[in-house]
Amino acid sequence: MKQNHHYLYKFLLGLMFGLGLIISGMIYPTKVIGFLNIFGLWDPSLAFVMLGGIAVYTLLHFLHIKKVDTLLGYSKSFPLKKHLDKKLIAGATLFGIGWGLVGYCPGPALVSFGTLGFEAVVFVLAMLGGMTLFKLTSK
Amino acid sequence: MEIDWINFTPFASLLGGIILGLASALMLILFGRIMGISGIIGTALDRPKGDTLWRAVFIAGLISSAVIFAPFVDVSRTAPNETNVWLIVLAGLLVGYGTRLGSGCTSGHGICGISRLSARSFVATGVFMTSGILTVVIMQFLL
Repeated sequence: MKQNHHYLYKFLLGLMFGLGLIISGMIYPTKVIGFLNIFGLWDPSLAFVMLGGIAVYTLLHFLHIKKVDTLLGYSKSFPLKKHLDKKLIAGATLFGIGWGLVGYCPGPALVSFGTLGFEAVVFVLAMLGGMTLFKLTSK
Repeated sequence: MEIDWINFTPFASLLGGIILGLASALMLILFGRIMGISGIIGTALDRPKGDTLWRAVFIAGLISSAVIFAPFVDVSRTAPNETNVWLIVLAGLLVGYGTRLGSGCTSGHGICGISRLSARSFVATGVFMTSGILTVVIMQFLL
């Protein structure tokens, strides 16, 4: 691990990711529910969010794939698990239920937390509780 | 199925998606890491030595975005339709626990993982989309 962590870049990356969530409409829970409501009045917008995100990331990922080190000299650190397991399926199922109940996933919840809306604050505290619960029960 | 043309925002959503893709790709190109929000928060809770502060700084940037880009935010729409506090707590617990158990959320699996052609991320995204859709269907049926 390098001494210089480039904290300003990290802050700006968080800010930029937040801007993407704002512009795309992902921060609006009713829009997320409208996207998941495929059997009712369906708002397909969020499919365009994924399309834009995946197109850009795929291109840059494969342009960068052969490089061992990053522009700032960090070594790459990718998820090591390759195989499907029950935890993945169970975790994704529970996450989807929580997402569908209210319309917040972790990124948009944190952006909305910044507006200090009551629901977003409650949600984020509960989310941190859920993560802590996982940490305590998985050891 | 009926399209909700009034709320449909293909251009803004595509542009937002491109910004998300760029920010995620910069996390890769600059730092060699996956842009996974649940992982960044969840790992910070373990407070690993030398690996915690940047996570807090990143999250601070994410939280500040609604303030710094306030002109672009329609604050009247950031609250969910759901007003039952206990249901919001339940949803938060499920999202927190589920994303850690399933090693990711919409960003890490849905954008980065799918782009990297990770089989785990394809499956996870399919599963959380499906359970999200079923949850919305059931909730609408109950209301």
